[in-house]
Amino acid sequence: MTSTFRYLPDTKEDQKEMLSFLNMSSIDELFSDVPESIRLDVELAIPEAKPEPVLWKHMQRLAGQNVTANELPMFLGAGTYDHYIPSVVNHMISRSEFYTAYTPYQPEISQGELQAIFEFQTMVCELTGMDVANSSMYDGFTALAEAASLAVAHTKRSKVIVSKAVHPESRAILNTVAAGPDYGVEEVALSADVTDLKALKQQIDSETAAVIVQYPNFFGSIEDLKEIDAIVKEKGALFVVSANPMSLGLLQPPGKLGADIVVGDMQPLGIPIAFGGPSCGYFAVAKKLMRKVPGRIVGQTTDDKGNRGFVLTLQAREQHIRRDKATSNICSNQALNALASAVCMTALGKTGLRKMALLNLEKADYTAKVFKEKGFSVLNKSPFFNEFVVELPCAVTDIEEKLIEKGFIGGFDLGADYGEPNQMLIAVTEQRTKDEIDQFIDVMEAATK
Amino acid sequence: MITYKDLIFEISRPGRIGCSLPESDVEAVDLSKKLPAHLIRDEAPELPEVSELQLVRHYTALSNKNHGVDNGFYPLGSCTMKYNPKINEDVARLDGFSRIHPYQPEATVQGALQLLHELQEDLAVITGMDAVTLQPSAGAQGEWTGLMMVKAYHEQKGEKRRKVLVPDSAHGTNPASATVAGFRTVTIPSNENGLVDVEELKKHVDDDTAALMLTNPNTLGLFEKDIVEIAKVIHEAGGLLYYDGANANAILGKTTPGKMGFDIVHLNLHKTFTTPHGGGGPGAGPVGVNKKLIPFLPVPRIEKKNDLFVLNVNEPLSIGRVKGYYGNFGILVRAYTYIRTMGPSGLRQVSESAVLHANYLRKKLEPYFLSPYEQVSKHEFVLSGSKQKKLGVRTLDMAKRLLDFGYHPPTIYFPLNVEECLMIEPTETETKETLDAFADVMIQIAQEVEENPDIVLNAPHTTVIGRLDEVKAARQPMVRYEKETVQT
Repeated sequence: MTSTFRYLPDTKEDQKEMLSFLNMSSIDELFSDVPESIRLDVELAIPEAKPEPVLWKHMQRLAGQNVTANELPMFLGAGTYDHYIPSVVNHMISRSEFYTAYTPYQPEISQGELQAIFEFQTMVCELTGMDVANSSMYDGFTALAEAASLAVAHTKRSKVIVSKAVHPESRAILNTVAAGPDYGVEEVALSADVTDLKALKQQIDSETAAVIVQYPNFFGSIEDLKEIDAIVKEKGALFVVSANPMSLGLLQPPGKLGADIVVGDMQPLGIPIAFGGPSCGYFAVAKKLMRKVPGRIVGQTTDDKGNRGFVLTLQAREQHIRRDKATSNICSNQALNALASAVCMTALGKTGLRKMALLNLEKADYTAKVFKEKGFSVLNKSPFFNEFVVELPCAVTDIEEKLIEKGFIGGFDLGADYGEPNQMLIAVTEQRTKDEIDQFIDVMEAATK
Repeated sequence: MITYKDLIFEISRPGRIGCSLPESDVEAVDLSKKLPAHLIRDEAPELPEVSELQLVRHYTALSNKNHGVDNGFYPLGSCTMKYNPKINEDVARLDGFSRIHPYQPEATVQGALQLLHELQEDLAVITGMDAVTLQPSAGAQGEWTGLMMVKAYHEQKGEKRRKVLVPDSAHGTNPASATVAGFRTVTIPSNENGLVDVEELKKHVDDDTAALMLTNPNTLGLFEKDIVEIAKVIHEAGGLLYYDGANANAILGKTTPGKMGFDIVHLNLHKTFTTPHGGGGPGAGPVGVNKKLIPFLPVPRIEKKNDLFVLNVNEPLSIGRVKGYYGNFGILVRAYTYIRTMGPSGLRQVSESAVLHANYLRKKLEPYFLSPYEQVSKHEFVLSGSKQKKLGVRTLDMAKRLLDFGYHPPTIYFPLNVEECLMIEPTETETKETLDAFADVMIQIAQEVEENPDIVLNAPHTTVIGRLDEVKAARQPMVRYEKETVQT
């Protein structure tokens, strides 16, 4: 052991001094408690160390083998969206006082993180219209599954009902999670592009812990939460809504339409698409569920001199206190990305968020209109936010490569998840210009002929 | 700046903005024509309205009130607060990694898939496992993923085993994950040497035992020397052995969970593999398994077929999806970069140095604090503040006193089986000078407890805020800012 590695400061002399202080003659003595039969006698069979300049080139080469949204205009969304991220976001989360800190267990030297999360919680409450939000979840998908588990535990009922218009990965993860405590997951069919409310009325019963819908749903359509809430409340179930936070700049917040739990992913607000992670789930509830919330919550209090300060609070819910009786096993969350989205929401502000959301809606509206003019059918019957479904005369897989060749990343293929190989889910964010949209539709037209 | 106390909402003024957005280049939409009135937002969310410089000053001021590894020594036990390399941050931000969409055609993300595939292979070697999934976002999610595989494995054999054994020194996530996975937890007491009591263990192992979850070295920093026998006891009863990798920083290149007899392993990339903790996350908790559990691994799986990297979602026995897309990709990129930086001998030296530092610091402090166990430590060690407690000063007080010297305190009151516990993990990236300086301060505090306890009892004295009233926070929860209740 010498200082040949820049992250390892021990010199030979340091090592010798420390060993001699321990009355040891070699490092091996420190591992004398590891039975010989299980010791490794050869080095790990992984590639050799690379000096920093060589490594940098290697990483750039790997990165260079991917086609990025900078190179090709992207019309792909389906849960992860190419939105502009203000420069300040990366600068603020790159303050190493934030990113090299642990969970703020020592509040006196973690006030920065704690206050930032307190502000994040407030912003999530504002967006969703809910009373209480936690400090983040892994992502929107797992947050949805946690909401279902919370509902089952809270109502002591045996199943949840989830709309087929909820993201397929959310439903897949929900099914994996439900197999633990072994509660039922029933799916409600679609009526065109939204949840079939007649079917929901037939399926919901006194064993239904929660009804889960997405807003806007996976096809971009805006579900009528008010109507759904009436059906849910009649049976005493909890109403869980997974909402795109950017859309809430324009849409009535779920909290005002009866939702008991609102979850979702903050990715559209300040988090890079980054091959799908890390993003940041959010979890917001009505006050009555505050003590059932999974994960960390920051609360305001005072110090011994009466000054305002912030601490992790309501910890009696959590695994490090309650162990097997905890409301969830979550420990690490996505705090740095919660910070990123708080910075982004601060940059956008009250007016910027609305403006950005409206840009999305208008561009998607325009794109759908031109698609229709060119003879494509747009399948959404309900109003949509920044995403919609187009029916092609051929399979989406047939044109995928052509689109790339012509310089576009096309939409999401609904073949695998919905058995509709000719349907493409197209997302249009504020990043797409009218020129890009027009060219994309021309290319789509040519490719599908 | 240290006196800055405002919330972002309190510096907000209507009409200010911190971003610039393009004007629309398409036709305007009249919302009232598109949406029913009750679905149109009638009250804008109260997001702050500040200029870009105000934003920057606000968050910079907050960062100044935060302590990270870059600020100073952070010997938080079981958290492995080692240095977070800067090149990892730069690499993760390369457009080729940060500007790609998870649903792009596979042919357009071959570099990303190759990286993930190589990382899977490296982690399999490091843990001595046969296959690895990179999907879990954190240690706790890794535990749950592993336990769902345990469940699927037994069910496949037609058995419904319900019991998961967990030592009393285990992390709280272990029993919590067992519950979430639908198991019942049985706690196994440690013996007087701080190790799993094998005779006691045997009493609880039966044909209802699904698995034993073990951290090795355990949270006391001690290597479970009887691991081979423990593995035998569990396996003979048809159970599986789960390795909590929170303490893997002690064993890199020295032994592997596979050699010890474990069937399932999770690693915390944000501990052992230098990805930053981010103030609580994001992390990553990849899970490795041996051959018999491969069919149950989550989907999608990253595989190599004819020189192309592909995503495989069709595995009939898989437990399914556990996390959106392919895990916390940006974190996986950082860990990969670190492993390529260190190579095999580098990783081995990491553990050697981490263990040397822990033992060195322990021996320096042993004359002053009760050191409950004799066995050589691995990467961390525990002390008890019981001597000081008799003098009226608790471990919490000593932790707060450390803040006055610019140190983040060790983990305190954990594990639960040591009275007034201090759990210290110095890590390999600290210099001997730092260890010596920290030891001097700890010794000074031990002397203060004897000679001037008030200075410890009333600590901290130099932080931006004093001790906070946690009881009040929990009894009268105020978990969001509200204009009406603002106090200055």
